[in-house]
Amino acid sequence: MEATGFSILTAIIFIPIIAGVVILFLDRKNRDLVRGIGVTAAAAVLALSLAVYFGYDNFVKAEGGLIDRQQALLEAGGELSGAQMFADALAFEQRIVWVQSLGIAYHVGVDGVSAPMVLLTGMVAVAGVLISWNIQDRLREFMAFFMFLVAGVYGVFIAVDLFLLFFFYELAIFPMYLLIAGWGWVKLREYAAMKLTLYILVGSVFALVGAVAMYFAAGAFFTGAGAEVFQAAVANGILPPDSGAYSWSILQFTLAAEHGAFAFDILGIEGLSFARFWFPFMFMGFGVLAGIFPFHNWSPDGHVAAPTAVSMIHAGVLMKVGAFAALRAGMQLLPDGAETHLPWMVFLTLINVVYGALIAFRQRDFKYVIGFSSVSHMGLVSMGWATMNLTGMTGAGLQMFSHGAMTALFFGVVGMVYDRAHTRDIPSLGGFMKVMPWVGVAFVIGGLTSMGMPGLSGFIAEFPIFQGMWAASEQITLQFGAFQLSNYYSVIVILSALGIVITAAYVLRVAGQVFFGEFDAERFHDVGNIQMTDRIVLILLGAPLIIIGIYPPIMAPMIESGIRPLIALLGGG
Amino acid sequence: MELDLWAQLPSVLPEVGVTALAILVLFVDLYGSAGARRSLPSIAAFGMALLALVPLVWQPDPALYTSDAQLWGGMVQYDPLSQIFKVMLLLAGAVTCLMAAGDKGVGDKGEFYLIVIIATLGGLLMSSASDLILVFVALETLSIPLYMLASFRRGDLRSAEGGMKYFLYGAFASAIMLFGFSLLYGFTGSTNLAGIAAALGGGVNDSIIAIMAALVMVIVGFGFKISAVPFHFWTPDVYEGAPTPVTAFVSVSSKAASFVLLVRFLTAVFPVDLVIGGVIMQDFWVNLLIVVSIISMTLGNVVALRQSNIKRLLAYSSIAQAGYTLIGVVALQGADDSLAVASVSFYMFMYIFTNLLVFGGLILFIAATDSEEISDLAGLNRRSPWLALFITIGLLSLGGIPPAAGFFGKFFLFQAAVHANLIGLALIAVTNAIIALYYYLVVIKVMYVDVGADDDVPIGIPRAYGWSLGITAVVVLLLGTIAVTPIYNWAGLGAAGL
Repeated sequence: MEATGFSILTAIIFIPIIAGVVILFLDRKNRDLVRGIGVTAAAAVLALSLAVYFGYDNFVKAEGGLIDRQQALLEAGGELSGAQMFADALAFEQRIVWVQSLGIAYHVGVDGVSAPMVLLTGMVAVAGVLISWNIQDRLREFMAFFMFLVAGVYGVFIAVDLFLLFFFYELAIFPMYLLIAGWGWVKLREYAAMKLTLYILVGSVFALVGAVAMYFAAGAFFTGAGAEVFQAAVANGILPPDSGAYSWSILQFTLAAEHGAFAFDILGIEGLSFARFWFPFMFMGFGVLAGIFPFHNWSPDGHVAAPTAVSMIHAGVLMKVGAFAALRAGMQLLPDGAETHLPWMVFLTLINVVYGALIAFRQRDFKYVIGFSSVSHMGLVSMGWATMNLTGMTGAGLQMFSHGAMTALFFGVVGMVYDRAHTRDIPSLGGFMKVMPWVGVAFVIGGLTSMGMPGLSGFIAEFPIFQGMWAASEQITLQFGAFQLSNYYSVIVILSALGIVITAAYVLRVAGQVFFGEFDAERFHDVGNIQMTDRIVLILLGAPLIIIGIYPPIMAPMIESGIRPLIALLGGG
Repeated sequence: MELDLWAQLPSVLPEVGVTALAILVLFVDLYGSAGARRSLPSIAAFGMALLALVPLVWQPDPALYTSDAQLWGGMVQYDPLSQIFKVMLLLAGAVTCLMAAGDKGVGDKGEFYLIVIIATLGGLLMSSASDLILVFVALETLSIPLYMLASFRRGDLRSAEGGMKYFLYGAFASAIMLFGFSLLYGFTGSTNLAGIAAALGGGVNDSIIAIMAALVMVIVGFGFKISAVPFHFWTPDVYEGAPTPVTAFVSVSSKAASFVLLVRFLTAVFPVDLVIGGVIMQDFWVNLLIVVSIISMTLGNVVALRQSNIKRLLAYSSIAQAGYTLIGVVALQGADDSLAVASVSFYMFMYIFTNLLVFGGLILFIAATDSEEISDLAGLNRRSPWLALFITIGLLSLGGIPPAAGFFGKFFLFQAAVHANLIGLALIAVTNAIIALYYYLVVIKVMYVDVGADDDVPIGIPRAYGWSLGITAVVVLLLGTIAVTPIYNWAGLGAAGL
């Protein structure tokens, strides 16, 4: 794709930043203007995100579009070039050289995996602004930091330059810290905010060191053994004409990975290739934010402590940022490492799924239930990545979107109940369906999605993950002593399916106790129905669950087209 | 060697200008009217800011970079590295003068500006010195004014104590360094850096131990100036005791000038190919500085966690920052050192503005509340949103969070380390960066989240002061975004003269 000219994506990043700065300088008493600018900016980015999503949808499905081109490649047979396919899949690109001498560029674009994430971020941004409508305490600062957070998240999804990805990743952390520490649940907020920030930063900076090492390895490769590959790529238009051998472009890293630039042994240990050594740093470094076991511990506390809007964006979008970056910077750039490590990391994701669900089942606090359910469901995303086949990874991509909308909906529901009932203790709630029917219905829709009910997006996402996992035992060999561990992947599937059963149990328990049962009219006498803004939030987040559930082609083929280059890189069919 | 005055003048033009400025300030202070005296801060600040253009206008000719072309009888080297540090030091002096302007007991005395200008002169000389004699004279020209500045509030016990402590430690460190210089002169018969290197490279009969001892003594002197562990003991007391504008100035000028000299000294006298008695001298100082760097970072950050006084916290943070910057110095090993030189220069460039921003914000806060406790920063966001924002940008930059300049600063250092194959050091440094972020975030949280006793008492920012803080903040943000490329490229040129 043509990489010059202005891209909508740039507007998507800069609108929230500008709105945030403007809001920061408004009069603090002018709450209407603060909210007005906030909601306008959020609505604008949602509109632009929709334009990007459907624009990309058209790019994929049109006659001679991406799917047709990929199909033609597959039919032609022969060796597939993942880097070429990735370059082909990018759309809405814009590239401005930033630091020429180091090969850092402001390079943005979307592919099939990131386009749904862009849409998701827009949805949650609007929902977050609307649900924060009645914040009393320092609304101006809240709104400004929220805008910065949204911009940072967008930046990670659309970065085609690894340095830019880190830049936005770190950029998102600071406003998130302040939002949780400043507006969160008083009992827990300072502890949880700091814990979350440190966990995420530890992961990302180790990944940063790994990325710097990759930068030099790739640069050395392109100036030495891979000089011809580099020149050919520039000539073919995969790389921009002004690229240098040393570059932070994800395209260029992908190309290097594909041609074995990261295959050399390091530390003088035979078999310990560069890719194998650094893959755990890159994958787990970002995986921390996706809540991968044993680095999930920040997540429930962080979700519970955060104010509703931040819980929504945090569980809904930021955990996807982690999973997305783990895919983009881990698997895509170090596929050899992925083939070595992911087969055993699958077992960690299984712990995520089952253990998260079991703990969620035991919680009395409504918000902790949702917090742990996020850990459980994000485990499915990581599991999907770890299948390393088209079915499983496409499922994981769908799960990212589905879980994002669903969990944001859940946290919205929790926030609406808590704001009115002033308690989140499940046993003391009850009968809220009568007074808050909208909220009750939304929770049931979300709950059915999370337990994978057909007709809702959860099923569309989770079923392929299990299917892919089952198939993976034939594609992956993992030897542990005399054991052929990969033969037991089917057990993983069965156990995770049991995790879904546990999910059903806790969802039904919560639904039964909170929304049905006896309503304590005396205690909750001032609980009324919700306002207009809250209804918009529920519709905005609930509708996609149903739409995708009923009509999967609206998203599945796009994600599939984004996964194909990765499959080619991973050397699979 | 024939002295061609006109050809060689540009190499010391900033120094000449600063000397003239010092004389001007002295005369205005002594004989000027009350109105003229009130404009002393502006005269000093704009004078130095204008002089900061001089190194930009008179760029050195690449033919003069090499050490053979040392000017002024081999005293001065005229290369991009010295130019970039001269710009930095002049800007640091200018911003300090502006920020000190309103400070009672400091900024209202004319001699303050005179002393700052003289100290800056010392720093300028240090950035281009290429002879041990000039190195020492320049170092003292910088140090002695700083001792005076630290004890500038004579009536204040803490200030007097800080100044005294600084002076005693400083004198001691200078003496050790001078002893190291004299040993080097004794071994080689030359005081010129290139001359020493040539003599050492030509083979010396003296014991390797003695040469190493001389090197260690010199490093001790530098270690003191950059407040690296274990020569850091003066730092917290001086930072706490000195008037805040002085703390700001001490924390940036002396550090920047010492780093450029350290880089120049190590690369010139102990280059990569120098082997004495079977010992590769570069390995020796690299390993030594790796250790110093690691303990500086770790000790600085860990002790900073426990501080309740904001100036002491920043003192320990500056010890840790010295540790980070040493990574860039250590990365000088190897044939291609341009990444390392660029990273040190860029780091110092952004560090100067960042630290001045933080301290500049604190000057107002301390003047308004008469407190240096972190807990008293509570609710600053409600008392003065701008002030809180400025300090926050500064702290984020120190912590290395984008879009502030510190992110690129740290990134370049880590990159240089990985390039020099020091991955272990880079991993230790990033771990430290996280520890550091903890205490920076706590301060930010106190300002934005905690509720203070006098939340409703606003803190006003004088207009001129607001402008200088605002411009500094914008510079910090620009250095982290669009201004990275030009400054980094310029910093990269610095390696050419080494």
